Amino acid sequence: MGYSKDQLLARLKELQIDFSQYEHPVVLTVEAQAKYVGNVGGALSKNLFLKDKKHRYYVVSALADTKVDMKVLSQRLGLGKGGLRMAPEEVLGEILKVPLGCVTPFALVNESASHVSLLLDKGFKTQERCIFHPLSNDMSISLNAFGLDKFLKSIGRDPTYIDLEANPPVGKDQPPDLASLVPLGSTVLPDLPEKTPSQDSSGNHPSAGNNSTAVTAKADKPSSAVQNVKEKSVNGVRPSIPSTDAGKFVEELLDRTSTLLLSEISEDSIKRHGGQLGAEVANNIRKCLREDLKNLATIVKNTAYTEGFYAGTHYQPKRL
Amino acid sequence: MEKVEDQNPQQEEDQVVNPWEVSAKDGGKIDYDKLIDKFGCQRLDQSFVDRVQRLTSRPPHVFLRRGVFFAHRDFNDILDAYERGQKFYLYTGRGPSSEALHLGHLIPFMFTKYLQDAFKVPLVIQLTDDEKCMWKNLSVEESQRLARENAKDIIACGFDISKTFIFSDFDYVGGAFYKNMVKVAKCVTYNKVVGIFGFTGEDHIGKVSFPPVQAVPSFPSSFPHLFSGKDDLRCLIPCAIDQDPYFRMTRDVAPRIGYHKPALIESLFFPALQGETGKMSASDPNSAIYVTDSAKDIKYKVNKHAFTGGQETIEKHRQYGANLEVDIPIKYLNFFLEDDAELEHIKKEYGAGCMLTGEVKKRLIEVLTEIVERHRRARAAVTDEMVDAFMAVRPLPNMFD
Repeated sequence: MGYSKDQLLARLKELQIDFSQYEHPVVLTVEAQAKYVGNVGGALSKNLFLKDKKHRYYVVSALADTKVDMKVLSQRLGLGKGGLRMAPEEVLGEILKVPLGCVTPFALVNESASHVSLLLDKGFKTQERCIFHPLSNDMSISLNAFGLDKFLKSIGRDPTYIDLEANPPVGKDQPPDLASLVPLGSTVLPDLPEKTPSQDSSGNHPSAGNNSTAVTAKADKPSSAVQNVKEKSVNGVRPSIPSTDAGKFVEELLDRTSTLLLSEISEDSIKRHGGQLGAEVANNIRKCLREDLKNLATIVKNTAYTEGFYAGTHYQPKRL
Repeated sequence: MEKVEDQNPQQEEDQVVNPWEVSAKDGGKIDYDKLIDKFGCQRLDQSFVDRVQRLTSRPPHVFLRRGVFFAHRDFNDILDAYERGQKFYLYTGRGPSSEALHLGHLIPFMFTKYLQDAFKVPLVIQLTDDEKCMWKNLSVEESQRLARENAKDIIACGFDISKTFIFSDFDYVGGAFYKNMVKVAKCVTYNKVVGIFGFTGEDHIGKVSFPPVQAVPSFPSSFPHLFSGKDDLRCLIPCAIDQDPYFRMTRDVAPRIGYHKPALIESLFFPALQGETGKMSASDPNSAIYVTDSAKDIKYKVNKHAFTGGQETIEKHRQYGANLEVDIPIKYLNFFLEDDAELEHIKKEYGAGCMLTGEVKKRLIEVLTEIVERHRRARAAVTDEMVDAFMAVRPLPNMFD
């Protein structure tokens, strides 16, 4: 459930952040936006939603005039020369929970975007006010960079402003200067095809019909995507991996055992071993599954220990 | 008095093996016999493998059976003491220089996990983030970040949290650990450390004073929260043989400060996909199989980049057979294919020319994919909280159970 524009505006007011809002027809590009809010006294921003080859996502927010070279940025992040590309449309809605043409730093308020790295143009700091979409394309808000910082800090983000036009050398002795901005975990989304729909459907252009089926096919999975995008939650929310569920653990063990059992019993093996088949299969099961099941058990043990450890380090002693 | 390397290795030998550089003579293969001879460690022969099997009542790990861990120092002392009921602890580590871990990096950890399970002993794992900060010129924050990321992959190898302590140098150095560092440092002259590690006048003092950091985890008193009162506890260090210089230095110092010498059990180098003479490097993703590789990546890399000993044409191959000496798929199967009988069969058939390179590669792809898949699943279960728990300075009351 994504944050709404109204919720965001209410939040900004709560935080006593000074901003102005401008309603206008839906716009999808900076040029269109400029027609309506180009001369309200704020600097327009352009916002890119990017991804790298390891499914990590980035929002790059810059002044409309700043030149952003994706190749250079990719190198500065330590992703090699062609490591960054525009994130596919489908992912925009799932992760940032905003429509097309509405990428904005404010989208990071959503839990689903907790993994997304934010790169801000240091040029924002020199402007009186900067203009962004507040989670919807039918409005723009202008605020000072301090206001943006205050908001970002309130959602647990540390605003990092960088010189997006800089092109420092990257090599063996000059490590990529922006490497620390690469997200820690990768966002695990269910089986999104790397190729665009047009490539998959043998050269057809992506028609509206094609896109909608692609989107609905994934619609039933976003909850697991959000659950997987946990690793490092912004506000230290506890892990919710089901590995300590005794029921699930036992089911997993039984599943593996019965799969192996069934594969071992066939007409052939019955003929071969006759009455001894039981002993033979039991032996094989032990041999094949021993290590795998031990590994599973260790994972459960470690997870349970970790939960206990967390509880122990956060417990409040009895008040006397 | 065991042999201690006291000449600059680059001067006389063409083969260079030290913690920061491994290269063979004239771009050829590493000569392990020469290495054992030069370093002064011992070969691990079959009698050791049998003894381990007897003492642990379980089949010895594939790396022992295949001679991947092939050299040692004082491993027999460890086994003698174990037989008398005296336990030991394990110490291994990683220099977190990159986020991408490949299978070669996992080898010491896979073996250490087996040792932990088989002997039921505790383990300390050192992440030398300070070393990488100094040698690779990373920022302090970046090296700490990499240390935590690498810790997740290490944990995914299946270590038991109730018997394992992971620490990063930036976090842990101080207190009793630092006291031991100073004790060790006082026993090693500048000249000695230059001789062992090849430092020059241009190297900064951080590098020169680093070796004690890697030495002192060999001493139980460095971990008072774990081994308080157990000053007699022995230490076994599984590592790749290029780390030997650190521990030669440590073993030299240990008796002088009243500690047991740590024992070592050392492995071969894991060859690059392009062959023994190639270098596995982080900047060439096709030189190794990474733990983040998909099944498709593995298939592609093995098929397109693995150096094989097969002949150029099928006819020639059927006639002469494959050159197993240089064949990378066979070498990789040697490391990772559990079934001894199957490996023997493949070697025989491939060497005779009956089996083709494609079949061997296919089997290798299956084996590697299974390993990487298993690792990925385990890695997905590792949370930041779990890393915090592994790295917390806490007692491990059940570490010998």
